[in-house]
Amino acid sequence: MDIYVVMKQTFDTEEKIIFEDGKVSEDGVQYVINPYDEYAVEEAIQKKDELGGSVYVIAVGPDRTSEALRTTLAMGADEAVLISDERIGSDENTISKVLASYLGSKKFDLILGGYFSVDNGAGQVAIRLAQLLDIPHVGSITKLDISDGKANADRDAEGDLEQVEVTLPAVFTAQQGLNEPRYPSLPGIMKAKRKPLKQLNLDDLDIEETELSPKTARTALSLPPQKEAGQFIKGETAEQVKELVEKLRYDEKVL
Amino acid sequence: MVKIILVVAEHRDGALRQVTYEAIQAATLSSAENDQLHVAVIGHQLESLTEPLSSIDAEKVYLIDHPDLQQYNPEAYAAALKQVIDASNPDGIILGHTAIGRDLAPMISAKIDAGQISDVTNIENIDDQVVFTRPIYAGKAFEKKIFRSSPWVVTIRPNNISIAEPSDGKAEVENIDYAKPASLRTVIQNVVRNTSGKVDLSEAKIVVSGGRGVKSADGFKPLQELADVLGGAVGASRGACDADYCDYSLQIGQTGKVVTPEVYIACGISGAIQHVAGMSQSKIIVAINKDSEAPIFKIADYGIVGDLFEVVPLLTEEFKKVLG
Repeated sequence: MDIYVVMKQTFDTEEKIIFEDGKVSEDGVQYVINPYDEYAVEEAIQKKDELGGSVYVIAVGPDRTSEALRTTLAMGADEAVLISDERIGSDENTISKVLASYLGSKKFDLILGGYFSVDNGAGQVAIRLAQLLDIPHVGSITKLDISDGKANADRDAEGDLEQVEVTLPAVFTAQQGLNEPRYPSLPGIMKAKRKPLKQLNLDDLDIEETELSPKTARTALSLPPQKEAGQFIKGETAEQVKELVEKLRYDEKVL
Repeated sequence: MVKIILVVAEHRDGALRQVTYEAIQAATLSSAENDQLHVAVIGHQLESLTEPLSSIDAEKVYLIDHPDLQQYNPEAYAAALKQVIDASNPDGIILGHTAIGRDLAPMISAKIDAGQISDVTNIENIDDQVVFTRPIYAGKAFEKKIFRSSPWVVTIRPNNISIAEPSDGKAEVENIDYAKPASLRTVIQNVVRNTSGKVDLSEAKIVVSGGRGVKSADGFKPLQELADVLGGAVGASRGACDADYCDYSLQIGQTGKVVTPEVYIACGISGAIQHVAGMSQSKIIVAINKDSEAPIFKIADYGIVGDLFEVVPLLTEEFKKVLG
């Protein structure tokens, strides 16, 4: 089995967002593997353990992303590739084309990714990639079984469960509940230092510069209106409850 | 030049989903006066939708009705939608940011080589340019985006764009014969409707949410009872999901769902940053927690310091009384 994982490095979810010079400040920020991609990495390693083969992790992003890739190698991935180039930008269309250009020349059975990234949150890249490679996908999966060139996946559809069968190769995006990602072990971390982590730029890929012009652009960035602390409702429980219900009904008129 | 905006309708149990009406409003917000609204409806046994569709002020409604489209199948739906796109020739396509929309939109975007802006919460016209607002970092910040090319694709977050007034429809309905793709590699074998009859969490007007303070799976029962009385849905924090008190599909936060209901009632939730990202844009936030220092109170409109197992059942009783 040749198993590929497409990964992104993101802010830790406990980070606050601060702006500096009209951009999100990266000062002192803790970076993690995008939590949904971490499920994808774990699933890839489990499938390799079960069926044999190799796990390759690919990321498009800035240089710092190599740290997250190194972590995936420590978890048990075999090789990692970072495609880093300022010409790529952050448009989902462009990133998926870069990934497709890299993967187009590879042989793969499974491609796994996260359901969405916790920073941008668009959830486009993996599915666009499946289209560009002309292979099927199952999004938001909580279970994956592989046998006889086919995959059976459970897809979480807003709480409903869809049981889907696809022929391989195919793309899957990982939803919470798919597995419990492992922590890298000490021997794993030691081994990861010797595993290949390649860095490429656009010149290494067969892609036209014209395909990289972004189709969307950001024009502004803002913080949400700060929610002010409201009021505590005091008194005996029964009184508190009565008062709350009245406030919701008559002051706020929401119920 | 007259532009065409195509809304991809979603329906469930024989009715159009609320997000479809929101998408129609989104189409109005992203178009000029003479632009045209088209609506695509994909599925099977769509007769029950004739009436709701007739109250939509669209130029055209495209129907693709086929047994193979009974359930959402990404490949089949993308093929069907592509047929509608070829017939409609839209400048913009709008879907809901729902289980189907999130899956179908990027497929279509890649198929027609379009830019896509996902999870849009607001649309405005600034200097003759349509500007889309969307949350990033699960709502810790917002960005405004524009398209640099056409056609474009947008998914809108449920519950954020107010719905269009119903009007006298004049839409011409066109049936399109589904052309089944030669190779369909995806088979939907079974669908387990866990949510049948329940209010969808992302569309709910009221969300009653539990955290670690709920202490067990059974502890969610009083929350469900309160949600039922209010016609709302139950959600949870990551703490409660990680502790196996409930299913991950209920998780609200930066991992999990982002919700923006009218009322969010947080029970036994401390208010970690990652949870707050998923609910802080709710209109009214009520927090019930034993710990008066819990960070959730910093963003709550109303706070009750107390034991949720006392407060929540009393709330349910009180609402039963006053709501009859």
